[in-house]
Amino acid sequence: MTLLKVEDLTIKFKSRQGVVKAVDNLNFELAQGSSLGIVGESGSGKSVTSLTIMGLLQNANTEITGNIDFDGLDLLKLSPNEMRKIRGNSISMIFQEPMTSLNPLHTCGKQIMEPILIHQKEVSKQEAKKHAIELLRMVGIPSPEQRFHEYPHQMSGGMRQRIMIAIALACNTKLLIADEPTTALDVTIQAQILDLMNSLKKKRDMSIIMITHDLGVVKEMCEKVVVMYTGQIVEKSPTELVFADPLHPYTKGLLNAIPKISNKVERLEAIEGTVPDALNMPSGCSFHPRCKYATEKCTLEVPTLFQLEDGREVKCFIYDGSEKGDDVNAAK
Amino acid sequence: MLRFIARRLLFLLFLLFGVALFVFILSHLVPSDPVAANLSQSALNNPEIVAAFKEKWGLDQSLFSQLLLYFQHLLTGDLGTSIRTGRPVFDDLMQFFPATLELSIVAMVIALVLGILFGTISAIFRNKAIDHIIRTVSISGVSIPSFWFALIMLNIFSSVLGITPGPGRIDTRTTTPEGGTGLLLLDSFISGNFQLFSDVAMHLILPGTVLGFFTMGLIARQTRSNLLEVLSMDYVRTARSKGLKESAIIVKHAISNAMIPVITVAGIGFCNLLGGMVLVENIFAWPGIGQYAYLSAVSLDFPAICGVSLLIAFIYVVINLLIDILYGVIDPRVRYE
Ligand SMILES: Nc1ncnc2c1ncn2[C@@H]1O[C@H](COP(=O)(O)OP(=O)(O)OP(=O)(O)O)[C@@H](O)[C@H]1O
Ligand SMILES: [Mg+2]
Repeated sequence: MTLLKVEDLTIKFKSRQGVVKAVDNLNFELAQGSSLGIVGESGSGKSVTSLTIMGLLQNANTEITGNIDFDGLDLLKLSPNEMRKIRGNSISMIFQEPMTSLNPLHTCGKQIMEPILIHQKEVSKQEAKKHAIELLRMVGIPSPEQRFHEYPHQMSGGMRQRIMIAIALACNTKLLIADEPTTALDVTIQAQILDLMNSLKKKRDMSIIMITHDLGVVKEMCEKVVVMYTGQIVEKSPTELVFADPLHPYTKGLLNAIPKISNKVERLEAIEGTVPDALNMPSGCSFHPRCKYATEKCTLEVPTLFQLEDGREVKCFIYDGSEKGDDVNAAK
Repeated sequence: MLRFIARRLLFLLFLLFGVALFVFILSHLVPSDPVAANLSQSALNNPEIVAAFKEKWGLDQSLFSQLLLYFQHLLTGDLGTSIRTGRPVFDDLMQFFPATLELSIVAMVIALVLGILFGTISAIFRNKAIDHIIRTVSISGVSIPSFWFALIMLNIFSSVLGITPGPGRIDTRTTTPEGGTGLLLLDSFISGNFQLFSDVAMHLILPGTVLGFFTMGLIARQTRSNLLEVLSMDYVRTARSKGLKESAIIVKHAISNAMIPVITVAGIGFCNLLGGMVLVENIFAWPGIGQYAYLSAVSLDFPAICGVSLLIAFIYVVINLLIDILYGVIDPRVRYE
């Protein structure tokens, strides 16, 4: 069953310098109990997308078009009040910065109880407290009864991220959006947090959107991957295939940029160049200035998202079935 | 925590000692003659009276022995006798202090309540008309000379509109009640004399507002900028992601965090407000320490000047101590060591 369906989502920011298209015609869907990775360099529009799904991106200078269908509701058409009933209840989010994402003046327990008390009016304070301690235990915090009364500054970054997960899962979350949940953490803690999320996902039959620029995280966590570049999807495919046979030159570049332990001697290469300025996008395919395979056509025309026979999608002329494909294979 | 307070109190003793010494030296550096300031012209012409005056107040002794004498008395809690009033300085201070305390508390409450309220409204409606109005008022609070503001307020509200009574602490037809704490609001409330209570309250509004205006502006500006900063913090985003109402976010998460720097500013404001006391008390005929300090200063009443200075220093330290304790109450990250 499809839980989330994003259709033609476009997000523009208006400023004095001009209009920035942070997200451009985004389409993806997510089945209940499954997980999707959104990967891309800084500024590719990952956070903006997730904040929009949460209904947290509202200000006068933002223009959002398209549809976000969640569990039969058109999220973009809901009133702020209706959206608030969903936020923190059936859709939750955890953020990149565990050190600053908790209120320093409230105890951790109080912060976990808060969404319960907001969304489940029938629950008493006593029951909420019991539930919060249960959640602390579930996310692997030792001696939860005691930790309940402690403040964020008394905990490590990993523990704080566990608290954030407990807050996110306090109600009946169907969709958990994790925006780089482990970027700020040590590698060992990272693995623990990812394990925790994986096991909770199975236990609760919950869907996860994992936002990251670390393809390693995606490999651990996600069934499908969406690769974004300058607000657009450039590749969409099942995780194994992304690693076995990346399609888009940008995806190939991303993969080359992660160290592989198995292959003995392989040069680690970053993608050359930088992400273009959002106010000053190149013509044609926005990746062409950095692309090894770019042809003249790429500088003039914008490719569409081509669908391959196996269902994968990629936004690159190489795959549109025309004569270009041969050139690239030769270049390979 | 207790050790922290004890250390601060010890520090207070040193500070008071320093202030006493400083005031003593300063008052003797001033090129003026307390004899001339306190005796009439005819008495001054009589050398016997002058000699007797000098002897009585120790003015004939060397500066050093005057100083020793002064400290000796201080240690026994004796602040000396006022040259001007002829009463023990301690008794004078006790008599005038409650009026000042009451006025400054009222001024501070006005400053805090309005300052935080205005600052919050200003932050919520950032760059809207109401924000501009409040910011203009706050800036004028910080920049208007208080004597001018006091006279204007007195003129508008007492003389022209007749809403508030004129200068003074209570209606001239009533007598000041004896005994009690000297804090008339409190005393009249406890004794159930509500007519007196409202009279006292009406008399407090104008000087309280004038005195608190500067501090109000300071607090409003600080509250606004802190709140705006806090509202862009990650934990506020977390609060939003929980589905909290915007009003609940401000009340439960933002204000308390925004208040931490405001406490410091409020402390500075309170000390500042005590400085404004001399002017405001004189304009509003307020029988408090401010007037007492003024009258003592113009008559070069050294014991009284020293006494007032010590009292003010004492209050400053107590306020700072209270602020430090308040930090710990609000912010769990603060540790006393
Ligand atoms: N409130 C805003 N106003 C104007 N522009 C914005 C705003 N928020 C984001 N942007 C722009 O939108 C683009 C996408 O930003 P976003 O935060 O989604 O990137 P990201 O993919 O999450 O990057 P990162 O990996 O650094 O988190 C950026 O160019 C950013 O400058
Ligand atoms: Mg981001």
